[in-house]
Amino acid sequence: MAEAVAGHQDAHGHPTGWRRYVYSTNHKDIGTMYLFFAIFAGIVGGSLSGLMRWELAEPGIQIFHGLAAMVYGFEGDAAIDGGKEMFNVFTTAHGLIMVFFMVMPALIGGFANWFVPLMIGAPDMAFPRMNNISFWLLPFAFVLLLMSLFFEGSPGAYGAGVGWTVYAPLSTTGSPGPAVDFAILSLHLAGASSILGAINFITTIFNMRAPGMTMHKMPLFPWSILVTVFLLLLSLPVLAGAITMLLTDRNFGTSFFSPEGGGDPILYQHLFWFFGHPEVYVLILPGFGIVSHIISTFSTKPIFGYLGMVYAMVAIGVVGFVVWAHHMYTTGLSLDVQRYFVAATMVIAVPTGVKIFSWLATMWGGSITFRTPMLWAIGFIFLFTIGGVTGVVLANAGADRALHDTYYVVAHFHYTMSLGATFGVFAGWYYWYPKMFGHMYSEFLANMHFWITFAGVNLIFFPQHFLGMAGMPRRYIDYPDAFSLGNYVSSIGYLVTLVGMIVFIWCLIDARVKKRPTVDNPWGEGATTLEWTLSSPPPFHQFETLPRIK
Amino acid sequence: MQYIFSHLANLSAKAKTVLASTFAIIPALFPFSALAQTEPVAGQAVNGQTGFQLSVTPIMDSIIAFHDGVLMWTITLIVIFVTILLAYIIVRYNKRANPIASKTTHNVLVEIVWTVVPIVILIVIAVPSFGVLADQQTIPDGERKYLGSNVFSFGEVEMPAPGLTIKATGVQWSWDYDYVDYDGADFSSFMLSNEERLAQKPNEPRLLAVDFDLVVPVDTTVRVQVTAADVIHSFAVPSFGIKIDAVPGRLNETWFNARKTGIYYGQCSELCGKDHAFMPIAVRVVSKEVFAAWVAKVQSDGIEEAAAMLPPIS
Repeated sequence: MAEAVAGHQDAHGHPTGWRRYVYSTNHKDIGTMYLFFAIFAGIVGGSLSGLMRWELAEPGIQIFHGLAAMVYGFEGDAAIDGGKEMFNVFTTAHGLIMVFFMVMPALIGGFANWFVPLMIGAPDMAFPRMNNISFWLLPFAFVLLLMSLFFEGSPGAYGAGVGWTVYAPLSTTGSPGPAVDFAILSLHLAGASSILGAINFITTIFNMRAPGMTMHKMPLFPWSILVTVFLLLLSLPVLAGAITMLLTDRNFGTSFFSPEGGGDPILYQHLFWFFGHPEVYVLILPGFGIVSHIISTFSTKPIFGYLGMVYAMVAIGVVGFVVWAHHMYTTGLSLDVQRYFVAATMVIAVPTGVKIFSWLATMWGGSITFRTPMLWAIGFIFLFTIGGVTGVVLANAGADRALHDTYYVVAHFHYTMSLGATFGVFAGWYYWYPKMFGHMYSEFLANMHFWITFAGVNLIFFPQHFLGMAGMPRRYIDYPDAFSLGNYVSSIGYLVTLVGMIVFIWCLIDARVKKRPTVDNPWGEGATTLEWTLSSPPPFHQFETLPRIK
Repeated sequence: MQYIFSHLANLSAKAKTVLASTFAIIPALFPFSALAQTEPVAGQAVNGQTGFQLSVTPIMDSIIAFHDGVLMWTITLIVIFVTILLAYIIVRYNKRANPIASKTTHNVLVEIVWTVVPIVILIVIAVPSFGVLADQQTIPDGERKYLGSNVFSFGEVEMPAPGLTIKATGVQWSWDYDYVDYDGADFSSFMLSNEERLAQKPNEPRLLAVDFDLVVPVDTTVRVQVTAADVIHSFAVPSFGIKIDAVPGRLNETWFNARKTGIYYGQCSELCGKDHAFMPIAVRVVSKEVFAAWVAKVQSDGIEEAAAMLPPIS
């Protein structure tokens, strides 16, 4: 398909040691930093959910009063109150960390940084220094978020317990302490990081494709990233505006969202979800791209219906901007507005169905090998299908009335995000690991990681559908005893998933220590994109002579 | 149009019978599914239940009919379809079974089919969906007919215009209820702590029992106007099929008409701070006579005396 010329390693004496990373302008080094940052943040965010599942394993308040006493030094009854708010702080931090510091850095900062230039035959990103600052804003954003845990939030408690949606007025008059300001500033920094990254990717993809690679010849992963970063570029400024208005409402006496000054709390929700809905597609679209390559590689077949796949993603991106108020069916929207958002939301199911069926058709007639990445990709398709169909249920405002803000919604978005997006992350990780690091992992451990995680996450989230239908609301530290069975099973599922995570870390260390040799293309004839024409790991600078695409 | 819809309704009724008889054998095939044979009740959840709480209003009737009768079948069949395809592909097209891969990348007919068929399915879903939604959003005027359990109909259930209006105000962390038609009938409703519950209402569930229930008459259309005093809350009662956010500065509206006396619980359904999990809604549906006596008592002697009139929940 193309010929690649390996660059020689020390073209202009690139820095070594810590300077190599801190000063890095190399898309592969920055990508690696993003990936390890995402793993670290994922462990933090996953630990938070572990403590929440521990708390929810049985009715009654189990551990959070103790945690609040340990962490914040509350005593006696104050520990109960502190613990209740601490639970809200944990749900908030868990959501923000997983969205902004785990999935996005892994998929966009990590895999896209690494593989968009490689797949389009470019030597690096368009703006290498901007790439550096995109990354280095993130750790500081993360530090701000972690700091928020230790400042006063709502009166007499610590941390921002406002939900990842930061709804006013809970986030304004409801939480006067500085914790929410820290969380907002953290979002500002993370948002700026993403906007800079988005500009970088758009420029790279539009201008730096190898000669002959027209847009309609570009592989699906760069396409998925192109759509993703457009969503980010257009939606993040709206979030930035909304949370800036929150900041001024909180600190400078404005009243954008407070009715006593002529403002409206619902305005905040419209602004937030105008960002928030595209954001959920930001989390899943790169996974679509990764899974497409894996399915094609291991079926030794080209993608079925390439153009349909491309324009399905474009359609999901475009329609994703006009469905935001389906998150707001219970806020008192008028009947006609709800009708519109029902219709618009259901439309999304069509391009999503095209994706699913095209993956199946790609496998159909193929000669499939079930290597580790393929397991994760097939797992992705199955779990995303379940998450997708419950989305169709929730799209109907009439049915959503009974399910809104219940665990059914929690199950739905974890099936799409926590299982869909995260399975996409792991699929990409195991697919590109030999390419990125130049050695192979133990496929036995990696397969174990898959099977244990697959069992665990289903055990966590499937019973939550039932809890939601039975009426259990979200973001509850304690629940009526009638919800105890589902919660218990769910918490057991967390333990299983935790074992899966330990296997993952073990697999990581094992691969690093044993350094099993690999080749330029470990996946065989099915892997046809440009990154497999390079050495493993690729040279520090690749494509000094641009490949030509026929 | 009329004909198409009534035809659809017939079809769905027939399909239901056929499907029901076909799927009736399924539980017999899975002995462990007996574990999930927990019968739901109205008003509160039952441990291990896998569906909605039972309905006592036409609105929840239609939600259940729409979800269980239309959506659940559709999504289950889609998931089964995709799973069977995946399983077939895994068995038929693995490397051992199929060493030479085909190079097919297009099939216009198949692509059209998998675009058009989902559109048709969505349209079929949309018809009852819009009906169910419109019912929820339209307060009865005495003329309009409501769907009830037949979501493919044009409305069969008659509903009287509201006979009672209640203003519910969400407060961190309790509900204030104001019977706007009755001067002086207003009170706050707090969750009972477990000790209080065991002492006062031992037969009511933990986290759901409150000091003063919201008392309403049976078979009466009740209009609920919902707002909040501080942050956003949400007023929800699963068995009534209602959930409406309580937003400061706004007056949202919903309605219900409960056909059975009893007690029906709901819980705050929008994150509102520390005690979000501890501000339940308890609606006590009583006969019209008991309601008249109760509300008169609230007006004359206050809520505590009135609450004492009602027999404890057994």
